[in-house]
Amino acid sequence: MTNSISEIAGAELLFLIGTNTTEAHPVIGYKIRQAVRRGAKLIVADPRRIELAEEADYWLRLQPGTDIPLLNGLMHIIIKEELYDKTFVAERTENFEALKKTVEKYPPAYVSRLTGVPVEDLYAVARLYATTDKAMIFYTLGITEHVCGTSNVMSIANLAMLTGHVGRPSTGVNPLRGQNNVQGACDMGALPNVFPGYQRVTDPAVRARFQEAWGVSLPAEVGLMLPEMFDKANAGEIKAMYILGENPVLTDPNSNHIRSGLEKLEFLVVHELFLTETAEYADVVLPAASFAETDGTFTNTERRVQRVRKAIEPLTGKTNWQIIMALSTKMGYPMHYRNTEEIFAEMASLTPSYAGINYSRIDKEGIQWPCPTPDHPGTPYLHAGSFTRGKGLFQAIDHIPPAELPDREYPFLLSTGRILYHYNVTTPYSTGIRSLWSQEYAEVNPDDAARLGVETGSKVKVISRRGEVVTRVQVTDRVPPGVIWMSFHYRETPTNVLTSYAVDPISKTGEYKVCAVKIEKII
Amino acid sequence: MGLIQLQIDGKKVEVPAGTTVLEAAEQTGIHIPRLCHDPELSPWGGCRLCIVEIEGMRNLPASCVTRVAPGMVVRTDSPAVVEARRAILELLLANHPLDCLTCEKNGECKLAEYCYVYGVKESPFRGEKHNYAVEDSNPFIIRDQNKCILCGKCVRACAEITGKNNLDFAYRGFNTRVSTFGNSSLLESDCVFCGNCVSVCPTGALMEKQMQNKARRWELKRVKTTCPFCGTGCNFDLCVKDGKIVGVASNPDSVVNGRALCIKGRFGWDFIYSDKRLKTPLIKRNGEFVPASWDEALDLVASRLREIKGKYGPGSFAALSSARCTNEENYLFQKFVRAVMGTNNVDHCART
Ligand code: SF4
Ligand code: SF4
Ligand code: FES
Repeated sequence: MTNSISEIAGAELLFLIGTNTTEAHPVIGYKIRQAVRRGAKLIVADPRRIELAEEADYWLRLQPGTDIPLLNGLMHIIIKEELYDKTFVAERTENFEALKKTVEKYPPAYVSRLTGVPVEDLYAVARLYATTDKAMIFYTLGITEHVCGTSNVMSIANLAMLTGHVGRPSTGVNPLRGQNNVQGACDMGALPNVFPGYQRVTDPAVRARFQEAWGVSLPAEVGLMLPEMFDKANAGEIKAMYILGENPVLTDPNSNHIRSGLEKLEFLVVHELFLTETAEYADVVLPAASFAETDGTFTNTERRVQRVRKAIEPLTGKTNWQIIMALSTKMGYPMHYRNTEEIFAEMASLTPSYAGINYSRIDKEGIQWPCPTPDHPGTPYLHAGSFTRGKGLFQAIDHIPPAELPDREYPFLLSTGRILYHYNVTTPYSTGIRSLWSQEYAEVNPDDAARLGVETGSKVKVISRRGEVVTRVQVTDRVPPGVIWMSFHYRETPTNVLTSYAVDPISKTGEYKVCAVKIEKII
Repeated sequence: MGLIQLQIDGKKVEVPAGTTVLEAAEQTGIHIPRLCHDPELSPWGGCRLCIVEIEGMRNLPASCVTRVAPGMVVRTDSPAVVEARRAILELLLANHPLDCLTCEKNGECKLAEYCYVYGVKESPFRGEKHNYAVEDSNPFIIRDQNKCILCGKCVRACAEITGKNNLDFAYRGFNTRVSTFGNSSLLESDCVFCGNCVSVCPTGALMEKQMQNKARRWELKRVKTTCPFCGTGCNFDLCVKDGKIVGVASNPDSVVNGRALCIKGRFGWDFIYSDKRLKTPLIKRNGEFVPASWDEALDLVASRLREIKGKYGPGSFAALSSARCTNEENYLFQKFVRAVMGTNNVDHCART
């Protein structure tokens, strides 16, 4: 997030696009609802009638995969009516002309045809967002899990910059991070192209610093991203993998491809809490310690670094960091940290945005990075005076339709997501939660249900070009006709067997949000 | 806003205009008993336990809804106040079960605490007692309305924190109670089981089922930590007894969330003790997993990884780190991949 969760309370307008906040980030959802009830305006752009759509001033029920035309259409109106922030655009951005030229091609009537959003709503929302001083945009996987995920994100940034909604409290572009520490995992350099703090592995000066600190020579080539790893595993080029605390078979798109890749490996280590679908393929399984069994830190979606504290001894005798340390030592690179505080201190000494943070400073309250020095208070909102690169760069972006759309043979559009009661892969192991929500209920619109002859509770087979699963259905107008919606929490209904091979060319995020399926009633 | 001077229990106090008498007292270190007031919820003024004496006023006003005025002279524990508080507590006890011995809330119950302070042992009022069935049909929340003192905090928490408006007062007089729409069970209602009502309830009327019969409140060691379930980063306390987690409790000092949590954060922790948890390392032998010691497993991993790296080069290895693990674990893991395995092939799932 460029801004902070607490700034929701001060916002006059909240624009949610592709985030079912009350289910995926419930406590942020509460805060949004509180702000709306105090008078903030709410715009929700989502194909599903999510809970917050009910409270929205404008609910834009766009066709899945048409976020770019929608955003371009809004910018078209804002520029035409000269509602954009001319000072901000002149002083803080560049490439405005290119943006203008591109969005020129998205007049309201055309956008309405592509997205299904009425022309009046486009005007109303464009005017409202542009003319409201404190307006925050929120998005999540609904925006990124598309072939055009990166472009979607850039389009949102375009809209915020165009209207000067950046660099001040209660504004900004605010992705809500899905997993608890996905922000931290990225910050820590669990990425193939960067060391901790987004320092490029290809930069010789950066590499020199890490080489000196770690006392080894380090590779200069950018590594493989997750989907490429599995492509190369399938091709026989990746021979061994170590998977820590993730279950790609269940959570990644197109799981059959993941399975075949895992099968081809000569050696697989899985370090996990449970014998997951992925762990089944392992040669060695290392039992992991849970969050309650370890000290450390998580970094939340607003960049706040907060303490995780050990409440009980690790049930397996070793914490995860001790296991990594032991393995490294056995492999001839001794690691000897006495506690996680020492690990954090080493990391902070190499990571400028964390340099001012230490355990005693975050004992009571977490600090939001960037925090470059020990007396720096942290940064509640980014881009106050300038952007990271200096001026904000508008990107002219055109509509990229989803890679696979419904056709005659596969007439339904399948979209996937998370439900309130579950969190990817751990909650199904909670007895209470499992006892109430133990199986998939695919959402089907009443019109479609009537045509298929199914009702709530019926069992159906959902089939895509890549695989099939069995699920029960829930008949509801939460989804529009032609769309079916499923979660991916259940072993018995591994939805990601169905999802698309397509990935965003830049982020390599899978297109979980759109693929074509057919539905067969099981009698 | 100007500052206002007043006197509380003989002490001179200066507070911003708009402050309530209860807050002003708090700022000078005087605690006024309260049952329905909560700084995170809208003022209500229903229980009247927070009454005080203010010179020039004939009644005893409720301090949680009375704003300070210049020159006010407040007494928080005059004989009249104490007398009135005792009467209020006696009335509450008149239809309250006295099974404190086995009540889960024992040790944290506000009603019991104030009865203790004011020496109220039982009620001289011989009232009819309620006989509501205890609701425990869901896995998370036990509702015992016999213990409800109608402070309305759960109603406000549901409306003002969670925004579900699933609870409200229903019926009248002696039969007044907190109810879901149509008086259905929580399971059949719109309840999302965030448990925020439980975290504000002053008595044993709303309790965490997971904690039932596990520990007395004063035995719990509380360890503040960060939720492992989504990127919001709520904080809460893990409640530990004898080295075992028995539940989660809100910690009001959490910057992100205050006491608010969702079902996952408050009730999802028990995956920790799932019998499916892996207890020892496993090595696959002839297609079957066989338990192994740590040394055995790590030796095998070390030698196989060394072998494969030697035979095919560092680029033949790839690793996935975890968006569920801590920063320290992620830092160490990528360091291992880069420094020991000699490759940048490290990534993690779910890229947002
Ligand atoms: S259930 Fe608890 S919080 Fe709700 S009104 Fe009764 S005593 Fe108050
Ligand atoms: S309590 Fe709920 S909203 Fe808060 S971090 Fe945990 S899962 Fe997210
Ligand atoms: S606390 Fe003031 S009336 Fe209840």
